[in-house]
Amino acid sequence: MKRFFGLIRRDLVLAVRQGSAVTLSLCFFVIVVVLFPLGVGPELSVLARIGPGVLWVAALLSCLLTLDRMFQADFEDGSLDLLIIGPLPLEILVLGKVIAHWLTSILPLIVITPVLALSLNMPTEGIWTMSLALLIGTPTLSLIGAIGAALTVAMRRGGVLLSLLVLPLYIPVLIFGAAAVEAAIGQLPATPHLLLLAGISLGSLVVGMFAAAAALRLALD
Amino acid sequence: MSFAAENLTCLRADQLIFEGVSFSLSPGDALWVRGRNGAGKSSFLRICAKLLKPLSGMLKWEGEDIRSDSSNFHGNYHYLGHQDALKPVLTVSENLSFWAGFHGTPDVARALAEFELDLLRDTPAGMLSQGQKKRANLARLAASDARLWILDEPVSALDQHFIDLFKARLIRHLQNGGMALFATHQDLMLAKVRTLNLDDIAS
Repeated sequence: MKRFFGLIRRDLVLAVRQGSAVTLSLCFFVIVVVLFPLGVGPELSVLARIGPGVLWVAALLSCLLTLDRMFQADFEDGSLDLLIIGPLPLEILVLGKVIAHWLTSILPLIVITPVLALSLNMPTEGIWTMSLALLIGTPTLSLIGAIGAALTVAMRRGGVLLSLLVLPLYIPVLIFGAAAVEAAIGQLPATPHLLLLAGISLGSLVVGMFAAAAALRLALD
Repeated sequence: MSFAAENLTCLRADQLIFEGVSFSLSPGDALWVRGRNGAGKSSFLRICAKLLKPLSGMLKWEGEDIRSDSSNFHGNYHYLGHQDALKPVLTVSENLSFWAGFHGTPDVARALAEFELDLLRDTPAGMLSQGQKKRANLARLAASDARLWILDEPVSALDQHFIDLFKARLIRHLQNGGMALFATHQDLMLAKVRTLNLDDIAS
């Protein structure tokens, strides 16, 4: 347990000292969201209509930016070898890396989402549901992304392949995440959508850990 | 306590690197793995460190297959490879403390002193020279209480003073009942060492 938290703490310290990963995905997220009003015009009703979808798609894309480094940084400098021969089971190791990725690359997006939602003219009830849906749904992005990151760890320029592998698997999260916010805006119950999101997250917790560990073994052998 | 290999065969990218390699180590033994470039020294050591799967053959720790669940091989060995496994933005002592904590041996100060890294302890690892990085890696090894050391080129980039220092540390490890598998191009002039020449068995 101490080792597990030690690993997460190391990744957080690395993210803070390097700074690039956190600021990069955050800036990307903000810019993509801000581009939409410029593209579709400033009409408030249109923005309110597309707001949830835009925020979700932007979150998926910004998550992809940092995903390929999840295991690759450790692979390149040999740390991954030492992590694997250590006493932690590979599945738990993967979980630690996933938690660190979520905390450094996705949590900042969720924090800034209410501000961006306001700028897209989203009603207040929608903003709360949006943040909640992101909190429940985004762990799936890191978990499923870990499988792709593990498969492409030994590849140079694996980032594009990683996107092709992972993006189609993000579709359910996108559908239910956006639907939850739209339901909340339309004064309908959002709970069923949120529960489905939670179900997807729990499912990918089980599948992601084991599949990513298996993929790592495959990629390193 | 013993470590043994039976008939290891290694296949990389459809090419047979070596076959039928066997050895056994008991406490105090060191095995010097030799061979020309590409003879499979690194692959051999990675197989021994459980980082690669051999095509066939078996590795045994205290008579148990290291791939079986009942083997307690984990935690009894430490691997030092070509890559330095140091994060450039962390200081030397932060790097070592993480690895020591991860492998369960928090005594970093002594290991730092042993390889004369005291003055460099708060330097970011990114600023170190190749030789200093190697010393930090050797300190990581010295901080662990692993019985079996698996070392891939442990003295490359070191100057003569630190080669001697490493040799003394290795001899002390062996005298304390440790075991070592190492691949170097230069002769470390150890008094008691067995040699495994992969050129003789390469196919």
